[in-house]
Amino acid sequence: MLNLFKRKSKDTESSPREVHIAKDFLDPFFEASRALPAIEFRNVYLAFDDKVVLDNVSFKVRQGETKIILGRSGSGKSTLIRLVLGLLKPDQGEILIDGEDITYLTEAEMMDVREKIGMVFQEGALFDSLPVYDNVAYRLHENKLPEDMVEDQVRQMLAFVDLEDAIDKMPAELSGGMRRRVGIARALVGDPRIVLFDEPTAGLDPPTARTICELAIKLRDIRDASSIFVTHEMKNLEYLCSEYAIVDDEGNVVLEDEGERMCIINTEVIMLHEGKIIFSGKDEQLRASEDKYIQRFLSGKIEVE
Amino acid sequence: MNPIKKFLFELQETSFLIFYAFVRLFRKPRYIAESIRQMDEIGVGSLPIILLTGFFTGAVLTLQSFDTLASYGGQNETGRLVAYTLVRELGPVLTALMVAGRIGSAISAELGAMVVSQQIDAMRALGTDPYRKLVAPRVIALILMLPLLTVAADLFGIIGGGVVANGLFGLDYNVFITSARNGIATEDIIGGVIKPLFFGLIVGSVSCYKGLSTKGGTVGVGRSTTSAVVVSSIVVIIADFFLARALQHLLD
Ligand SMILES: Nc1ncnc2c1ncn2[C@@H]1O[C@H](COP(=O)(O)OP(=O)(O)OP(=O)(O)O)[C@@H](O)[C@H]1O
Ligand SMILES: [Mg+2]
Repeated sequence: MLNLFKRKSKDTESSPREVHIAKDFLDPFFEASRALPAIEFRNVYLAFDDKVVLDNVSFKVRQGETKIILGRSGSGKSTLIRLVLGLLKPDQGEILIDGEDITYLTEAEMMDVREKIGMVFQEGALFDSLPVYDNVAYRLHENKLPEDMVEDQVRQMLAFVDLEDAIDKMPAELSGGMRRRVGIARALVGDPRIVLFDEPTAGLDPPTARTICELAIKLRDIRDASSIFVTHEMKNLEYLCSEYAIVDDEGNVVLEDEGERMCIINTEVIMLHEGKIIFSGKDEQLRASEDKYIQRFLSGKIEVE
Repeated sequence: MNPIKKFLFELQETSFLIFYAFVRLFRKPRYIAESIRQMDEIGVGSLPIILLTGFFTGAVLTLQSFDTLASYGGQNETGRLVAYTLVRELGPVLTALMVAGRIGSAISAELGAMVVSQQIDAMRALGTDPYRKLVAPRVIALILMLPLLTVAADLFGIIGGGVVANGLFGLDYNVFITSARNGIATEDIIGGVIKPLFFGLIVGSVSCYKGLSTKGGTVGVGRSTTSAVVVSSIVVIIADFFLARALQHLLD
């Protein structure tokens, strides 16, 4: 059954949100719209039957930030992303989107929140009875946009993921990587402020994987979207943490490598292990970490003694 | 979960589903085009098998009862017997069972496949309520189409009965039709149309519930398809008894 039922009403404690705002006011670079994190988890706990999947997980994704989530298969990354969308409800703790507590929202109320979120599913999850065009246009059709505007946006989006030729194909006629890219186009149509990528590059060839990372970088730096980027691949981490997109003098978007310069790239890394966050910080800190598990994860030797 | 608890749980969930589907009917957006597509699929699509079922049910009723009636000298009343049985009982129930087999299985397989391939999640993620988009049009289409299909089945059953009575037993068509007309009162017809409304609700909500609660991949889809057909057929037959009893009170 779909998870439609609200969790039992919330026991009203002192509002921690006010405290948070107050703290941000002290920040000399305070900017009202940036005060609230795009996504915030507060002590989230979730178990399926006996299996604890997320145990006291807390983190924030600031506006315009990309959070990379690392973790072994089965560590709860997809589950975490599903919580952001309200497809699942946590057993304990709160989840906030743009400062709004979504933990207790009903399915109907969630629909408004989901308007601003785009999600790329791990398995694509395309509507297999609809052609690519209708898949990408889905959100626009639901919002009853005029068809010429819909077509414009869909073509633009498909050009973005380099799939203009596939516009009339059915999902079953596409390769795995093409399906993933249609999934990305579908998620990004309508300019969501928050984008959730669930292993968008798994099983793709390196150039395509690279394109998808570039896309995420452009979303972050040009469109100022906040995102969660789940991945296993260290290559993606490298791209997202060392490159940035800027608009050059001719108005083109170009990617630049941070190289030896120090620049603030708006990306942080979280590592999940057995339901807990065992690392949170910049990629340099991750690489410098002394933690044995993290070292083994980074080097690919993850068998546990 | 023990079976009783499981039964009560499913009953509760199915009732919620019916409730959600209906509440959503009165709020926008409504999926009218989708509902019409479903009506076409369910109504027009099922017509051939329903007509065949009706025709041969009427035919076999005549075949089996003619001799018995004749031994009492009542062969002229064959039409009455056929019409009465069809309109009151066999028409609604057989139509509902055929539709449960054809449409109930299709609905739960389609929704079940959408669940296991995460399309339902994707739909919710894109801001569409699956109850509104998928459940409501199907349930409504079934509720509206089942009475019409039932009437068609009744009609073809009487024709089938007449053909056999005339062809095999040499009964005059006029005699058959007249006795058929005498056999059914307005209450029978009203009762015969009210029942399928409920059967449509049963088949629709059970199949949608089974489909949406699919677990466990492809095998799960098979399982929920089977149980959608089995459960909705059984519930139809049980509900038939209680509806018949209630209608007796209300109409007679
Ligand atoms: N609906 C569910 N019912 C029961 N257990 C579940 C369910 N969904 C996920 N799990 C369990 O929760 C754990 C985390 O699953 P999740 O899909 O979040 O992993 P993941 O980190 O995304 O893995 P991967 O990298 O392989 O995609 C797994 O052990 C899985 O078995
Ligand atoms: Mg996953």
